[in-house]
Amino acid sequence: MNYIFEIMPSLLDGTEMTLSIFVLTLVFSLPLGLICALGRCSKFKILNAVLRFYIWLMRGTPLLLQLIFVFYGLPLLGTGIVLPRYAAALVAFVLNYTAYFAEIFRGGLQSIDRGQYESAGVLRLTYWQTIRKIIAPQVMKIVVPSIGNEVINLIKDSSLVYVIGLGDLLRAGNVASSRDVSLIPLVLVGIIYLALTAVFTWMLQNVEAVYGKWK
Amino acid sequence: MLELKNIKKSFSGRKILDGISLKVTDGEIMCIVGQSGGGKTTLLRCISGLERIDEGEMMLDGKKFDPMSSKEALIGVVFQEYNLFPHLSVLENVTLAPKIALKKDPQAVEKEARQLLKKLALEGKENLYPYQLSGGQKQRVSIARALAMHPKILCYDEPTSALDPGLRDKVRDIILSLKKESMTQIIVTHDLKFAREIADDVLKVRPVS
Repeated sequence: MNYIFEIMPSLLDGTEMTLSIFVLTLVFSLPLGLICALGRCSKFKILNAVLRFYIWLMRGTPLLLQLIFVFYGLPLLGTGIVLPRYAAALVAFVLNYTAYFAEIFRGGLQSIDRGQYESAGVLRLTYWQTIRKIIAPQVMKIVVPSIGNEVINLIKDSSLVYVIGLGDLLRAGNVASSRDVSLIPLVLVGIIYLALTAVFTWMLQNVEAVYGKWK
Repeated sequence: MLELKNIKKSFSGRKILDGISLKVTDGEIMCIVGQSGGGKTTLLRCISGLERIDEGEMMLDGKKFDPMSSKEALIGVVFQEYNLFPHLSVLENVTLAPKIALKKDPQAVEKEARQLLKKLALEGKENLYPYQLSGGQKQRVSIARALAMHPKILCYDEPTSALDPGLRDKVRDIILSLKKESMTQIIVTHDLKFAREIADDVLKVRPVS
């Protein structure tokens, strides 16, 4: 028990890093994903092709590789872009998750009946009013379960930041485990991940319930 | 008064409307009838700005008018499938556009919407969602939603097609009562009997051969 209290502070520090990557990635990639999806559904051929390439690239390569590339690769390419570790991690995660969210949102957008746009049009709503007030809520209802999947994935994916030297939850557990030759830190890490996913699963259920009020 | 002159519209080379002209007098009911494929709905969609016309002219009260670019909601539409917003309550369906598109005072909008709903026998349904309504009720919400924008002309696309016969008479009564309030109405229907019961003027369209 004493041992647990001893290592808990470092694990909680790691949890803080995990959560901050998690929250900030969602804050940026959800809206960006929606915007990319709108672009994918638009008539601009060039925009469409660019977005298709981006999504192919992000979904077609491992997130681990993307992380390494953003942190170590960009400076080497002579771009002059040297990002601090944390910023690099965030950029890689946002780029990656935006691509996944974009595809989920696109599926949602395409299942909205054209009549909804027409109604909004004759009621003189602007494009953005239509998206915000009419389309987005309906898309949300459709995509919440799939988004939920990605959200739960993201909590665990965030452990990849160890590769560029950031101290997240899993790394904190690893360090303690090899220092003290004990499995207990890793068990605790598992429990903390489970607790986090339980909380977010519960939150997602509440979101689904909100959208369950109408059909 | 709405006046259309020589309206033409093709879809990928296929002529749908070939020189349609019509006049709709204020406060009257114009029925557009004809077999399916005749372009009734296309004509209505052109009038309401959902399709761009290829040729021709539209005049409203003697002034040229383009329903696609007009900022005001001069033309109201009651769609065949009603197209209510499923995520909004009945009241919100009616108040949304006046509030955010016309930027009217929310309280005044709500008060007026409640009166409209009451007039259309929807009192007590304000907080229900569209999925909780019957077909006839949905249609009346759709009418209320269009009227809340104070259009000069109200258009209906096949208002009787999705209703059972008893409700048909109810729509007729609503349309006629709106006429008493001097609302100008254009009704697309394939139901000739229905048209005969309500129309001041009938336009027959037929497929372009």
